[in-house]
Amino acid sequence: MMRKATNWTITVLIALGSLLILFPLYMTISIALKNPEEMALSIFSLPTGLHFENFRNAIEATNFFNALKNSMVITISSVVFILLTNSMVAYAIARNMKDKFFKVLYFYFISAMFIPFQIIMLPVVKVTTDFHMNNIVGLIILYVVYGLAFNIFVYVGYIRSIPIELEEAATMDGASTWGTYWKIIFPLLAPISATIGILSCLSTWNDFMLPLILLGDQNSYTLPLVQYVFQGQFGTDFNLAFASYLLALTPMVIVYLFAQKWIIGGITQGAIKS
Amino acid sequence: MAKRRIAFYLMTVPALLLFFTFHTFPAIQGIFYAFTNWDGFSESYDFVGFKNFVNIFKDENVINSYVFTFKYAIVVTILINVLSLLIALGLNAKIKFKNFFRGVYFLPNILSVLIVGFIFNYLFSNVFTIWGAKLGSEFLSQNILGNADWAWIGIVIVAVWQGIAFNTILYLAGLQTIPRDLYEASNLDGAGKFREFISITFPLLASFFTINMVLAMKSGLMVFDQIIALTGGGPGRSTQSIALLIYTGGFQGGEFAYQSANAVIYFIVIIVISALQLKFLQKREMDM
Repeated sequence: MMRKATNWTITVLIALGSLLILFPLYMTISIALKNPEEMALSIFSLPTGLHFENFRNAIEATNFFNALKNSMVITISSVVFILLTNSMVAYAIARNMKDKFFKVLYFYFISAMFIPFQIIMLPVVKVTTDFHMNNIVGLIILYVVYGLAFNIFVYVGYIRSIPIELEEAATMDGASTWGTYWKIIFPLLAPISATIGILSCLSTWNDFMLPLILLGDQNSYTLPLVQYVFQGQFGTDFNLAFASYLLALTPMVIVYLFAQKWIIGGITQGAIKS
Repeated sequence: MAKRRIAFYLMTVPALLLFFTFHTFPAIQGIFYAFTNWDGFSESYDFVGFKNFVNIFKDENVINSYVFTFKYAIVVTILINVLSLLIALGLNAKIKFKNFFRGVYFLPNILSVLIVGFIFNYLFSNVFTIWGAKLGSEFLSQNILGNADWAWIGIVIVAVWQGIAFNTILYLAGLQTIPRDLYEASNLDGAGKFREFISITFPLLASFFTINMVLAMKSGLMVFDQIIALTGGGPGRSTQSIALLIYTGGFQGGEFAYQSANAVIYFIVIIVISALQLKFLQKREMDM
């Protein structure tokens, strides 16, 4: 087959489109680095002075490192527990689909995908307060539990494509069900766990609503929540506000720059398999 | 064998209990309170039967929020799907710097919806207006978010800017599943690009189209973060989505029971729409 030449028309169109994506991000970086006088001269121009004091002020105003720590603790714990527990529940279900209990359980979990969060939003605050769970630990538990609906759907589909003979051989050799799961199945789930891990990580890190309704103590606020709470304090100091936004966006952007191929690949893989 | 069974129960029962406690039980509670007049903090409440439900259908604020949410969700769903399909076709073509552009188009997906909303809020009020003034248009030189008739378009723009990313990646994944030789055959038959798209690409993308439509519509109907960041529901109540109404009325307005009834109706609406969408789109998949 002949190698087709580069299609320049499409390359140019795609490049123009990508400018629409990049423009707001350019504005964010440039406003975060300017001071009001430079803004008055021209909003669009590149920053000349590089006012890093905006960042220092934003870090102080929003207690940035505390919020960063909270977001990291919440996201990392949720993802780890989601991968360990949700896959295990899915494994038990996938290998017992002939049993009525597990079959009902499967449909019970996945039917929750259709329940809008708003119907539980008001009562769940009451329930979590009764359990003294309106804090970071409670939030992590809720992310892990709410993940079950979608993750069981994806994991069960994947596990059922793994031949059962492997496990039968292990059982013959005297391995327990737990041992079989941890030593044989869990490692085999790595590709789909990557997909689920990436999706959970992004949705937990960027979630706003659950922290908003659940977290009572200001010291436990996450990065998005802090931006919301300090809107009033930023006032018309847009340089301060944008420095704060940029700081809040940066950790995930750094992760993305390094793991871009892996992140997009994981989502592509998940889309094709399920 | 009994030991195996016990292990399987131990793997699932704790999850079942937790899920029931924090998902099913609150949902049942929500339905229960929908039949009361509880304000969310009083000691006592009374049963009022279907009164809340009847009132909701007469409540102008509720009706407005449904009209806005549907108008918004439908427009966003269509725009996101058309644009992300076009971009995916472009990224799948023979272009330079393919990986770089793919990375750029996916970037919005990793950003916080709320913070992106705050950034656009500023762009709408202080940047796009400059362009509007340069174009000499009085309409474009005003902040669109401050205009009760047009603020919803501003929210659509932000949602589309960000929402395209994920759907593009899904379409791109779909395009990569189409075997190359199908195109070679159609090339030999002398089929044009457009014909090729209609008779090969689009039918083979059918299942991806279904999932993208359902996902985009669902997140459109749940819109919340963007509105908090862009308009707070205003001007007036012109951009108050259903989710925002339930949140503000339920937590701040002393309407816990009333908004629970609203949430029950909203739940039924979402179920019906998801079911209809799946049925209609899957039937189309079969026909193709």
